Amino acid sequence: MIVRILGEGQLQVDDSATEELNALDAKLEAAVDGGDEPAFAAARDELLQRVRELGSPVDADVIRPSQLILPGQDATMADVRRLLSDEGLIPG
Amino acid sequence: MSVMKRVSTIFKAKANKALDRMEDPRETLDYSYQQQLELLQKVRRGVADVATSRKRLELQLNQLQQSSDKLDRQARDSLAAGREDLAREALTRKAGLQSQMTDLKVQYDSLQGEEEKLTAASQRLQAKVDAFRTKKETIKATYTAAEAQTRINEAFTGISEEMGDVGLAIQRAEDKTEQMKARAGAIDELMASGALEDAVGGPRDDIQAELDRMGASHNVDAELERMKLELGQGAPKQIGTAAPAAASDGDTARAAQQPDPSQAGEP
Repeated sequence: MIVRILGEGQLQVDDSATEELNALDAKLEAAVDGGDEPAFAAARDELLQRVRELGSPVDADVIRPSQLILPGQDATMADVRRLLSDEGLIPG
Repeated sequence: MSVMKRVSTIFKAKANKALDRMEDPRETLDYSYQQQLELLQKVRRGVADVATSRKRLELQLNQLQQSSDKLDRQARDSLAAGREDLAREALTRKAGLQSQMTDLKVQYDSLQGEEEKLTAASQRLQAKVDAFRTKKETIKATYTAAEAQTRINEAFTGISEEMGDVGLAIQRAEDKTEQMKARAGAIDELMASGALEDAVGGPRDDIQAELDRMGASHNVDAELERMKLELGQGAPKQIGTAAPAAASDGDTARAAQQPDPSQAGEP
C-alpha cells in the first residue's frame, strides 16, 4: 500500500504492516480524542518513525493516490483536528 | 475510523468532487494540468517569499550584532575611565539586545527549515507535473470512455492529493512568513524609533556622549595644566587680582536670583 506523510511524500509499505500501523494509529486517535498533546506528539513520532522504517520512497514520476495519509512531523494536535474537520485543505 | 484513513478519505472526497464537475473526463485532465502549473508558480513564489524574509532577519541579526559589539566596547571604555555606572548601563543594553538576538535566531532557524521543506515540495511537485503531462497525453490518445475513466480517476486523484499536500505546505510557510514579517517590521520600527539603535549610534547616543564629554574635559584639564606650566609664576598673581571682582559678581548674581525661589514656591 502507499502511505503519504504530509510534507514529505509517499512511501510504499508492505501490506503485512497494516496491523502494526493500525495499532499505532489507534494510539494517535486516542490522544487526539482525549486532547492529550504529549501523548499525541509521542504517538505521531512513533507512527511516522515506523512508516519511514518500513517504507521505501515512491518514485517521483509515479502518480497514485495513497491508501493512508499521515500528518507531518511538525503537525500539532490542532493541525490534525483542522485536517479532520476539513478546514485548511486547498480544494483539488 | 482511524486518523490516517480519515485524512485520506477527506483528500479523496475533494478529488471526487472536482471529478464530478467535469462532463468529459479528458477535460478534467487539462483542467487539472492548468491548476498544477498555477500551483507550481505559487510554490516557487512561496520559496522566494520565505527566502526574502530569511534574508531580512539575517540583516537584522547582523545589525543587532554590530550594536552589541559597540556596546561592549563602550562598556570597556567606560570602565577604563573609571565610570562603572556607564559601563553597567551599556552592559544592560547589551543584554537586552542579546535576548532579542537569541529570539530572532530561533525564528531564523525555523524559517530556514520551512524554506528547505518548501523547496523539496516544489521539486516533488515539478516531477509529478511532468509525469502527469505525459500521462495525460497518453490517456487522451488512447481514449475509450470506460477504460480511460479508471486511469483518469487514478491520475487525477493522485495528483490532487499531491497538490493538497503542497497546498498545505504553502499555507504553513505563508503563515510563518507573515509572522516573521510582522516581527521584522516591529524590530525595524524599534530601530527607527531609536530604542535599539540609539543605544549605540549617532549623535543621540548618550553613553558615547558621556564618554566623549569625559574625554573632552580630560583634554581641557590637560591643556589647562600645560598653560599653567607655561605661564609659570604669572598664574597666582592673575588669580589674586581677579578674586575681588569674582566675589562682587557672585553678590550681584545672588541678588538677581533672590525673587526666583519665592516664585517657585507659589504654585
